[in-house]
Amino acid sequence: MRISFISLFFLLFSQLAFSAANIQSWQTSQGSDVFFVETKGLPMVDVRVIFDAGSARDGFQHGISALTSALLDTGAGNWSADEIAQRFESVGAQFGAGVSRDMAWVSVRSLTEEKLLNKALKTVGVILNTPAFNETDFQREKSRTLAGLKHREESPGALAGIEFFKTLYKGHPYAHPSSGEVDTVSGFSADDLRAFYQQYYVAKNAKIVIVGDLNKQQAMQVAQSLISGLNTGTKPKILPQVPVPAKGVTKHINFPSTQTHVLAGLVGMHRKDMDYLSLYVGNHILGGSGLVSQLFGEVREKRGLAYSAYSYFSPLFRNGPFTMGLQTRNDQTTQAVEVMLNTLKSFVEKGPTEDALIAAKKNITGGFAMRFDTNSKLVSYVSMIGFYQLPLDYLDTFQQRVEAVTVASIKDAFKRRVRPEFINTITVGGD
Amino acid sequence: MLFRVILFTLVCLPISAYSSSVKVHERTFKNGLKVLVKEDHRSPVVVSQIWYKVGSSYEPGGITGISHMLEHMMFKGTEKYPAGEFSRIIAENGGRENAFTGRDYTAYFQTLEKSRLEVSFELEADRMRNIKLDAAELKKELEVVTEERRMRTDDKPRSKTQEYFMAMAFSNSPYKNPVIGWPSDIANYQVDDLQAWYELWYAPNNATLVVVGDVKAEEVFILAEKYFAGIKTSDIKPVKPQTEIEQQGVRKTTIKLPAKLPYILMGYKVPVLNSIKDKSEAYALEVLAGILDGGSSARLASRLVRGQQVAVSSGAGYSMMSRLPELFMLDATPAEGQSVFDLEYALKQEIYYLQRELVSEDELQRVKAQVLASSVYELDSNFYQAMQLGMLETVGIGWEKVEEYVEKVNQITAEQVQAVARKYLVEEKLNIAYLDPQPITQPKKVSKVAGGRHAH
Repeated sequence: MRISFISLFFLLFSQLAFSAANIQSWQTSQGSDVFFVETKGLPMVDVRVIFDAGSARDGFQHGISALTSALLDTGAGNWSADEIAQRFESVGAQFGAGVSRDMAWVSVRSLTEEKLLNKALKTVGVILNTPAFNETDFQREKSRTLAGLKHREESPGALAGIEFFKTLYKGHPYAHPSSGEVDTVSGFSADDLRAFYQQYYVAKNAKIVIVGDLNKQQAMQVAQSLISGLNTGTKPKILPQVPVPAKGVTKHINFPSTQTHVLAGLVGMHRKDMDYLSLYVGNHILGGSGLVSQLFGEVREKRGLAYSAYSYFSPLFRNGPFTMGLQTRNDQTTQAVEVMLNTLKSFVEKGPTEDALIAAKKNITGGFAMRFDTNSKLVSYVSMIGFYQLPLDYLDTFQQRVEAVTVASIKDAFKRRVRPEFINTITVGGD
Repeated sequence: MLFRVILFTLVCLPISAYSSSVKVHERTFKNGLKVLVKEDHRSPVVVSQIWYKVGSSYEPGGITGISHMLEHMMFKGTEKYPAGEFSRIIAENGGRENAFTGRDYTAYFQTLEKSRLEVSFELEADRMRNIKLDAAELKKELEVVTEERRMRTDDKPRSKTQEYFMAMAFSNSPYKNPVIGWPSDIANYQVDDLQAWYELWYAPNNATLVVVGDVKAEEVFILAEKYFAGIKTSDIKPVKPQTEIEQQGVRKTTIKLPAKLPYILMGYKVPVLNSIKDKSEAYALEVLAGILDGGSSARLASRLVRGQQVAVSSGAGYSMMSRLPELFMLDATPAEGQSVFDLEYALKQEIYYLQRELVSEDELQRVKAQVLASSVYELDSNFYQAMQLGMLETVGIGWEKVEEYVEKVNQITAEQVQAVARKYLVEEKLNIAYLDPQPITQPKKVSKVAGGRHAH
């Protein structure tokens, strides 16, 4: 410890040559991909295990991916939920588990001091390899989930989000909310969760991300031992394509709120999309750059219609949504929606100005280092690169690819992909 | 047990040595501006934050929320940089920026690649004194703030419950007012009100500049001097104390709102670091909050959520670093078949146990291990480090307290935790709000609007 402390001290005060993340990658003997970035300066490490086991794998059992994830640390091996929590917290480790549409993950942040790290990692291993899915824990977590689903119905924003996905994705696995629905979750049994776990929490379907102050040797040991108890299994079947957008619809849900929440958009792009950079940079100008975006300018700065107004693409394994959003006083909803849609329409027709594109590029490349200046942000980036099988030099080439975007490429991409007549508009609020 | 303690000490030594080796450099200019710089060379980035000693707890009746309103207006331009220029220049330099207002502070920040720090200084120095307040802009921005209030509070049953709760719990402390302000106050701000508020508080001798990142402290001081040292001081009058009167018995309120789940909030009047002689009491309350809610192994999760299954979620919190005396907060959502009154009983039982029995050495060590580990994890974020320094300095505690925190928590004993539970978590100082859910009257129905209710 003393020795490593001195080296930490030295590194902290020596000038580090800067480069984007150096991602090292290999496979465990069971066939799990590992992605590792060594960071110096702080005696801590983040480990994340990711499975292709998000809510897109729910089938008809909407919410089973989420509930399976929630059960993991409530009993595993010979340990109860209390014992598991005590093991982590006695060494100051932070455990987490969650799901999105594409992914399920388990994460831990720990100090790198050997005894502390070993205890934390051993606990994660037992959770991943031998979760118990005890009946008592299952019943309790199920009721907690159901309460959460009820609570969601208090929120016009949450209701709008659910309706938005349902409208865009119809019968596709992305259509339902990751946390599920009351009707489906009520019908689950602990055995259903066990079956989901058996099928998807397998070595071939796992990716391991490690970011922190370990050397490669140590990282290899961590990865190898962490999920050694998992079945080898197989990768799940590839998710179906999302139907291409067609004529958009407008839907309204009555809700006794003072504001109407508006979401408008369509099925957008995927992680490896050919139009990714043009759409990304274009959207940056349209509604992705916070206080200086066109939507923010038109809706808030010029007219004071909303506190927040934005747009973004959420690229997933398959085409994720393009979303524009705002919230406004009920009686000015029509006006606000009009401003939002007109801003989009004009952007699609005319594209950005050359000046706007230059400014956007300056913002993106000038702030490039801030995308991964902490271990937390690095973990997210490396997880994305690993899960979606993007090139390991994704970050290194990012600025160059942004520079290559032109006004013409943005115009072309938006004309093909974001046709205003295909936009779906969901409003939730009072009359 | 002994093993655990030794292990803890082993870990503790090098890390605390490590933390204190990263020095905070401090300089105060002649005009009173205090500049704090912390070097962190892990990434070629820098965060710059300017903190003003003003927030909602400084506001008199009638203009509650004006600090927050002014924060919005600070983006509306100066003579030199008209509306929109500030944000445009920061964006062009790859920066990210925003601002936030709390009860005890208003702060503005930019994160930038390290070579662009000067851009931030120039703009921030300019708007410390030269903002142009315009009636038309105010009228528009007032609508924006009203929308913000609707989004944050009015349409959120729990946020609204919290607002009513604070208004009941405090009699004369300004903590009774929401940071964003009461609706009728927001609706009636005039340009003159904002101008006066700006002139009253925005001055170098009421501000702290905090810079954390891949910089050299001496160079930052030189740069800061260039832009900030020439700014004129103001005659800043000390804010009136508005010391909360003694609470003489439990206070309860029921809030009826359209909602799906019941909810309970409880708060005991407690001192903070700023308000007591024996500082260890604040640290003891901090540890006590950890015993109840320091992770999934802590008592509320372990006993109320899992053991008795009376709650689907429950939390406890204490802000020892507030400027004025606070509430020690507890909240919970009942499990199916349980009521808020069952929860009230269960939460009070937990307080009673803390008063009756000493917490175990194991529990105490877990809280301390988490505090220690967090103090390392926090160093991952320049922004967070700057926040800590800025906040402590601004509320009047002094940034130096950051460095003592882990050690002070470490010194707390089970006896001290019991003592503060007995002294402060008592029925006479208790406040309770129950959220009583009313039906969400307009039935949820989806209607397709042919031809478009909202035209494309």
